[in-house]
Amino acid sequence: MSEPILTVDGLSVSFRSPQGVVQAVRGISFTVGREKVGIVGESGSGKSMTGRAILKLTPPSAEVSARVLRFRDIDLAAADERAMRGIRGDRIGMILQDPKFALNPVQTVGRQIAEAFRIHRSASSAEAKERTLAMLEAVKIRNPRRVFDLYPHEVSGGMGQRIMIAMMLIPEPDLLIADEPTSALDVTVRLSVLRILDELVSDRGLGLIFISHDLNLVATFCDRVLIMYAGRIVESLPAVELHRAQHPYTRGLLDSLPRINERRERLPVLTRDPAWLTA
Amino acid sequence: MSAPVISVRDLRVSFGRGASLIHAVDGVSFEVAEGEVFGLVGESGCGKSTILRAISGLNTEWTGSATIAGRPVAHRRDPAMARIVQMVFQDPYGSLHPKHTVETALMEPIRIHGLDNGARRIDRVLTEVGLSPAFRYRYPHQLSGGQRQRVAIARALILEPRVLLLDEPTSALDVSVQAEILNLLSDIKRMENLTYVLVSHDFGVIAHMCDRVAVMNHGVMLEELTIEDLMRGRMRHDYTRELYEASAGYSRRLETRADEADAAA
Repeated sequence: MSEPILTVDGLSVSFRSPQGVVQAVRGISFTVGREKVGIVGESGSGKSMTGRAILKLTPPSAEVSARVLRFRDIDLAAADERAMRGIRGDRIGMILQDPKFALNPVQTVGRQIAEAFRIHRSASSAEAKERTLAMLEAVKIRNPRRVFDLYPHEVSGGMGQRIMIAMMLIPEPDLLIADEPTSALDVTVRLSVLRILDELVSDRGLGLIFISHDLNLVATFCDRVLIMYAGRIVESLPAVELHRAQHPYTRGLLDSLPRINERRERLPVLTRDPAWLTA
Repeated sequence: MSAPVISVRDLRVSFGRGASLIHAVDGVSFEVAEGEVFGLVGESGCGKSTILRAISGLNTEWTGSATIAGRPVAHRRDPAMARIVQMVFQDPYGSLHPKHTVETALMEPIRIHGLDNGARRIDRVLTEVGLSPAFRYRYPHQLSGGQRQRVAIARALILEPRVLLLDEPTSALDVSVQAEILNLLSDIKRMENLTYVLVSHDFGVIAHMCDRVAVMNHGVMLEELTIEDLMRGRMRHDYTRELYEASAGYSRRLETRADEADAAA
């Protein structure tokens, strides 16, 4: 396979608290190529902190360390804030869970997307508008001219998330980090947003890091899955083989999901083994 | 068969007026038998939670008729009804007062209804939801999400109701915690011979918990299915099938509804 887009080796994130040091991410390593990599785990597993650490968007109180944190030919670990500003949005985009909070409520949708383009590319406002309309069309918004002039509160959740995708993809990044991008959406809308993301990611040859708590969704959407527990990657496997997972934590999670086609008297409850913290 | 515990006829709830009038629930009827778990499934805005708010007495502005355990649901606050029906909400972070201890939260209904043996009732109900009585002195921020939902269930149980209305009781929880809470709800139902109405958007949860399910869309019930039919994919409406297939995860084949979402915006 070709050179990975992102290489992470020995990434750790920790916080100092009055109770001592809290390790959110404990020395994880993985690579991302032109593929959809899912990171699954429960709340507090460190999956979101991993996504943020790649963009160096961890809170100021966090201590981040890594042996290697390389994006293409850029050493992210050594990059200063100024260099990171050039990378964020331009080369690596990020989509968050709820467009309601990620979009600027007092600016029209079109202006925000055009701004995302003009910050990273020198372009006239007319050209930026044209690109924005084309991008809105690419995320399957039927009437881009009308939507261009809408404010975020005037669009539905599903459309808001497509607008976020448009905004993140307009500077043509190489890597997209999506943190629970469809968790706030209804199931049917979720699928249409995923399809758009899927198409754009494959057409443009991007790498995608898809952070989610939803095992079924990741198993069906991604190419590869990393399962995180207490800041570690406990298992890594092709998404289609998720149901054949070996690690007791992954197995426990899968077993505890209620199934639509099988009625069980009781759901098996996950018993956490302290050994998972170190194994 | 005995008379149904819950009987709802032609329930209608609307919000707003004039041009912005919205029929959130538009003529819904259903019955739930004693000891049954009845599911309501649908997407946001379909009216499923609005039904619960109407029959629990939280929203008194509705038309139609509803009886629970033979008692008509009033169009005003009815304290006696609180002894019969209780509700558990989705978000245990929002449904418990942050400055009240577990004990204060559990004592409030006891005080309002003038019940005796408060301390003993609290111990019993905490044990029933799998928390040790020592939890009574904790504040909500000292509890995990699962423990908080256990306290919310304890609060619903303390008046010994016959019916629990469960509004997405596990959707804010991690899957391993969800399994614990669903098991707890099954155990309590068996022990207390309760009747449940369970609102969820998750077909897995519905199939696991319910005996029958009604599928809602735009304020109306599209169809009612037994769980047997749901599990075998025997549904009449395309919309139900779409929800059912969507719950299985992502597939490139599924028809897009993006256009419809556009039109709605």
